[in-house]
Amino acid sequence: MRPEPELTCAEVVELVTDYLEGRLSESERRRFDEHLTECDGCTAYVEQMRTTIAVSGRLSPPEPRAEFEERLLQAFRGWRSPE
Amino acid sequence: MTELLANEVALLDGLRSGDEAVFAALVTRYGGAMLRVAQLYVRSRAVAEEVVQDAWIGVLSGSARFEGRSSLKTWIFRIVTNQAKTRAVREGRSIPFSELGPDEPSVDPERFRGPEDRYPGHWVTHPSSWAGIPEDRLLASETLSLVEDTIAELPPAQAIVITMRDGEGFDAGKVCDALEISESNQRVLLHRARSKVRRALEEYLDAA
Repeated sequence: MRPEPELTCAEVVELVTDYLEGRLSESERRRFDEHLTECDGCTAYVEQMRTTIAVSGRLSPPEPRAEFEERLLQAFRGWRSPE
Repeated sequence: MTELLANEVALLDGLRSGDEAVFAALVTRYGGAMLRVAQLYVRSRAVAEEVVQDAWIGVLSGSARFEGRSSLKTWIFRIVTNQAKTRAVREGRSIPFSELGPDEPSVDPERFRGPEDRYPGHWVTHPSSWAGIPEDRLLASETLSLVEDTIAELPPAQAIVITMRDGEGFDAGKVCDALEISESNQRVLLHRARSKVRRALEEYLDAA
């Protein structure tokens, strides 16, 4: 059996989401981890990706307008006690 | 009632019995997030508000039948994404979740060494480590606005998936369920979205 070729950095950046999602096969995951142990660039890339995910998680949703919340409450009252 | 959290049981009971304080609390908790998602489908804030209002009516009228097979939050988001999808289609703006289009390189191909190089496909210059960037800077309003704007400019299917996953913290299964898309499409959309947001952050952070 031919040994599997090492991953290139260009391949790593396309596999990073599958890696973080735990969707790589066992052999792909091993090759990915092996690549990371030898490549500072891809180690930094994966870390940048984790940071990106964390920053996206800190975005605040828009603040609903007061009139809109009032309209929702009116809709609620209409639903509760239909005319 | 397998998936409901303990506090959600009380909230659901409150909704069913028409308790306005419970409704108002849920609006405060999820209203903004629902608007954010709705707006990715329909663009205009006013239409997004109508979508969210219709979704709440759907939540209220469905509350008696809701059996708690998902969490209350997941159920509410499924309703708002369905409402938003219906509205987008009615406005001639359907979101192509299943047409992924051609591959998009996650990183500018110029950043990798060419086939003639001794190390083809390896970085020309390594990405920089962000470990030393203070959290203040990463979470500064300017950085967050950049991420927000980048997400807003993504193709809608990508923007919706990254917002649900990384913004709202839903897991992959819940996003697939709410959006009725396959696991692999969800992952491709997420990958493209995250890669573009990373790239925008890199350009911004490295320029400093």
